[in-house]
Amino acid sequence: MAKCEVVIVGAGPAGISCGYVLAKAGVDVVILERGQYPGAKNMFGGIFFADQMNKLIPDFYTDAPVERFVAKKHYSILINNSEISLNIDSEEHKKPPYNHSYIVKRSVFDKWFAEKAVEQGATIISGTTVEDFVWNGNKITGVTATTNNDNDNVLSADVVVCAEGANSMLSEKAGLRNRLSMRARCISVKEVIELGRDVINERFNLTGREGAAYEYFADATPGMLGDGFIYTNMNSISVGVGVVISEMYGCQHPVSLNELLERFKNNPCIRPLVKGGKTLEYSAHMIPMDGHKNLPKFYTNGLMLVGDAAGFVNNSICHEGVNMAMASGIMAAETILDNRQERRYDVRALRLYERRLKNSFVLQNMKSSRDFIDILRTNKELLNDYPHLMKDVITKFFEVGDVPKSTVKRDIIRMIRSRMSFVKAAKTFAAMMKGGI
Amino acid sequence: MSTAHENQLGAPERQKNVFGEFLSLDDKLYTVHRKPLKASHIRLDEHLCIECLNRICTYICPAQVYVWDEVKNEIDVRYENCLECGACRVACDGIEWANPAWGAGIVYKSS
Repeated sequence: MAKCEVVIVGAGPAGISCGYVLAKAGVDVVILERGQYPGAKNMFGGIFFADQMNKLIPDFYTDAPVERFVAKKHYSILINNSEISLNIDSEEHKKPPYNHSYIVKRSVFDKWFAEKAVEQGATIISGTTVEDFVWNGNKITGVTATTNNDNDNVLSADVVVCAEGANSMLSEKAGLRNRLSMRARCISVKEVIELGRDVINERFNLTGREGAAYEYFADATPGMLGDGFIYTNMNSISVGVGVVISEMYGCQHPVSLNELLERFKNNPCIRPLVKGGKTLEYSAHMIPMDGHKNLPKFYTNGLMLVGDAAGFVNNSICHEGVNMAMASGIMAAETILDNRQERRYDVRALRLYERRLKNSFVLQNMKSSRDFIDILRTNKELLNDYPHLMKDVITKFFEVGDVPKSTVKRDIIRMIRSRMSFVKAAKTFAAMMKGGI
Repeated sequence: MSTAHENQLGAPERQKNVFGEFLSLDDKLYTVHRKPLKASHIRLDEHLCIECLNRICTYICPAQVYVWDEVKNEIDVRYENCLECGACRVACDGIEWANPAWGAGIVYKSS
């Protein structure tokens, strides 16, 4: 039976950050990763929010395999075959550190980050699937894993950090969360399409290492709570859609996720951006939608949850996730370092971890957007009726013709009155401001 | 008008894009590198499947691992196509899903 000080399950941003900090402090830390290499099973939409990374490894982007930095943001509402969009092309975001937003390929980037942790002295064992925790009474004392050697292995540790990701089965086994509900997870699919650097620069109006992040709402996922996205890598683009699983349940005419993606790609507003090219890879991943109200317990005797496993994704319009994952990993590491002398990692000692989370942007941001998803789910007009109304109003307003503008204005006001309740809209807006964003 | 939205509420239908290129789901799944699985990592409670009205597994899975077999009257599990997202496990209580042992399964290179 092997033994080390700290075992981390999963080499994603949360797990590697935790390992990095611990290794740097001289702790004997082992990261177990089920992929063939760190990043082999990792996937996200495309933006790496890197403020935490920049603290850990200053100016990391000069060395790291970053595709592009996010110079242009584009939020769009798709209505049938029309589009109304907001383009954010901010000068400030084009200078280092580029608003801490970088487009990366996780299979490449996570590998690089893992190497940095190894340089600090962490041990990473890939191709190892952790199956369960080892308990001694009510305390977790290690993990069992299957390895490349075809043997069941036990690795004991003073404390375990679980960074298993969104498909949080181990956290369920540890009793820290219930079986995932359909509302608690979004399912996303994405396709990476090779287009070539010049084509991308031309289509998205970019130069040099500038990148674009396009987000589409409303009919990107018709009638369902979700969104569509396009992110530019250097030579390829990532295009994908995501939907909350509960929204797919009980559909009268269910459409598969691949079908949703194909429809999104074939929308006349999207098609010119993604057409042609060669599909390099198709991938799928879940996104935590736990929200502040349904977060799991973050720790128990001998165990802490970090990153997606703990549900740390801000589901509001910014959907920050990676930075929160890294911050939680770092805070778990700091908690371990605080308790290292006594080697006591029981519930009492690890309470410090939760206190750190509460005092940081991680739980504070989760709290400030606590109602966002609920508001969207219970007010379906926000993603359906209102966008359609907005499109009709704008289309009508800009219509060229011999109808006097006063008549147009009157018609528009009638249209708005008949299709939207001001009282309800005001209430929704107030709720959004209070606990939505 | 494109067919993309006329079918919005209709039955799923395979489409070509405007250039007549058509990438089927099988073609897409073929782009994913894998370390072959030695055994299925998915177990089904087959009694539930027969009575299930929804069969959400047949459309929630991005890789279409679950296909209803009309002849055998059961779900055919094509586990080797699995992208390891775990959505099926969340959507259906009758599905027992485990991470593939020995780190087998998908190996992303460009995602």
